[in-house]
Amino acid sequence: MIEELIVSGRMNPEIDPHLHAWPWYVPTDLFLAALVAGILIFSAFLTLHGKENEFPAAVKRAPLFAPFLLGIALLLLFLDLSHKLYFWQLYTNIRWESPMSWGSWTYLFITPLSVLWAAIHIQDVFPNLDLKFSWLKESIEWLKTYKKVLAGIIILLAITLGMYTGILLSAFNARPLWNSAILGPLFLTSGLTTATAVVLLLKPNEKEERRFIVLMLIFAGIQIFLLIHMIMGYLAGTQVHIEAARLLLGGEYTTSFWVFAFGFGLVLPVVLQLLKLNGSKIPVTVPAVLIIVGGLLLRLIIVEAGQASRWLY
Amino acid sequence: MRYAMAIDTKKCVGCSDCVVACQTENNVPIGYCRDWVIEATTGTYPDLSLEFRSERCNHCSNAPCVRCCPTEASHVVNGGIVLVDHNECIGCKACIESCPYDARFVHPEGYVDKCTFCIHRVEKGENPACVNVCPTKCMYFGDTDDSNSEISKILKKRKWKTLIPEAGTDPNIYYLI
Repeated sequence: MIEELIVSGRMNPEIDPHLHAWPWYVPTDLFLAALVAGILIFSAFLTLHGKENEFPAAVKRAPLFAPFLLGIALLLLFLDLSHKLYFWQLYTNIRWESPMSWGSWTYLFITPLSVLWAAIHIQDVFPNLDLKFSWLKESIEWLKTYKKVLAGIIILLAITLGMYTGILLSAFNARPLWNSAILGPLFLTSGLTTATAVVLLLKPNEKEERRFIVLMLIFAGIQIFLLIHMIMGYLAGTQVHIEAARLLLGGEYTTSFWVFAFGFGLVLPVVLQLLKLNGSKIPVTVPAVLIIVGGLLLRLIIVEAGQASRWLY
Repeated sequence: MRYAMAIDTKKCVGCSDCVVACQTENNVPIGYCRDWVIEATTGTYPDLSLEFRSERCNHCSNAPCVRCCPTEASHVVNGGIVLVDHNECIGCKACIESCPYDARFVHPEGYVDKCTFCIHRVEKGENPACVNVCPTKCMYFGDTDDSNSEISKILKKRKWKTLIPEAGTDPNIYYLI
């Protein structure tokens, strides 16, 4: 076997000894964006199917959090910029080859739409809320007449946002652990799984709770399948992809990934929900919180481990 | 026109003069470097070989940093030199993540910085500072589209390699082996 030992004189901050240009802000942003995408997809989809009153937690209550979560996500993105005062340059260019560019444009459109979507539902959730201004009440009433059109646009933008969180990473051929086409669907699915957890935390009615437990099981199952498929893809790939997979299979990130993100964050809540569906008295908050924390951990580990993966030379 | 650099690994002694010249010429902040020297020991003892390589941005013909930049701050100018416009860079660091050579870094002033092939010198018909100072004259710079240029001739005459060609970046730093 030929071995190579490289001693480098380079010691650039955040680059050496291994890349750490994106700290926790970026994976947290990706988590929040995918979570909001999931919340808006469920709410808009059920609205299009006329099920607003059957699923009040998913359709009306959960979207009230979307603008705040998106606001935090955007704030984190802004904090991550190292040349902050120039952020407006994002909106003087449209770069189709750059996932970061179309991600920023998606944020620009979906953020105000999430505010409008929350405004439509705020009086359903807080019936005694006094909006004070008649023009505001009239505007919301007017918006409600276009609810289904808005729902259609929101679904398209939310799917784009959820996929973007994975494609942003998978477009980087330089980081073998990210360079998998599965990351886009994986992060979108993870966003939908965490969104079911948020709905379950918002006191759904009995029928809604049961439906969303089943949805959580379906999306968590797809997520488990995608994760295993992704790792199989690395192992069937080139040497750099095999080396990248080793970071999760015996390497530095093995315990955090398999025990915490996969075990406690995905498999355990699935088992708990299955027990609950079979009559066990398990508080719904336990699997829901585990799924949300697991979703965040998944992004933190994938972003961190991805930066540790590299081409060999 | 296609500017490129060829570095003779048989002549390079790893003195790091190129690194110091770059830092001085381009006022690179202390603690950072746009070019660097690596020492690669290959083989299994006792059959070892040693190679010094002066490395920098590869000014790739298929540059992932330019493709992923959301603001067009990373761009290609005449001659294929990849540059970063400081007034357009927002510091999102996507280009840093996209570079398989880890050739970019965040300048303390916030924008992303890297080797420019000393474009301010090249435009005046001079060589980049690193090429000029090399005590063993192991570096060649020029236009590979011009078959009469020194670099074209040496690339025809000698065996060479590029770094990670399998990454699909089509790099323009050649290592004579």
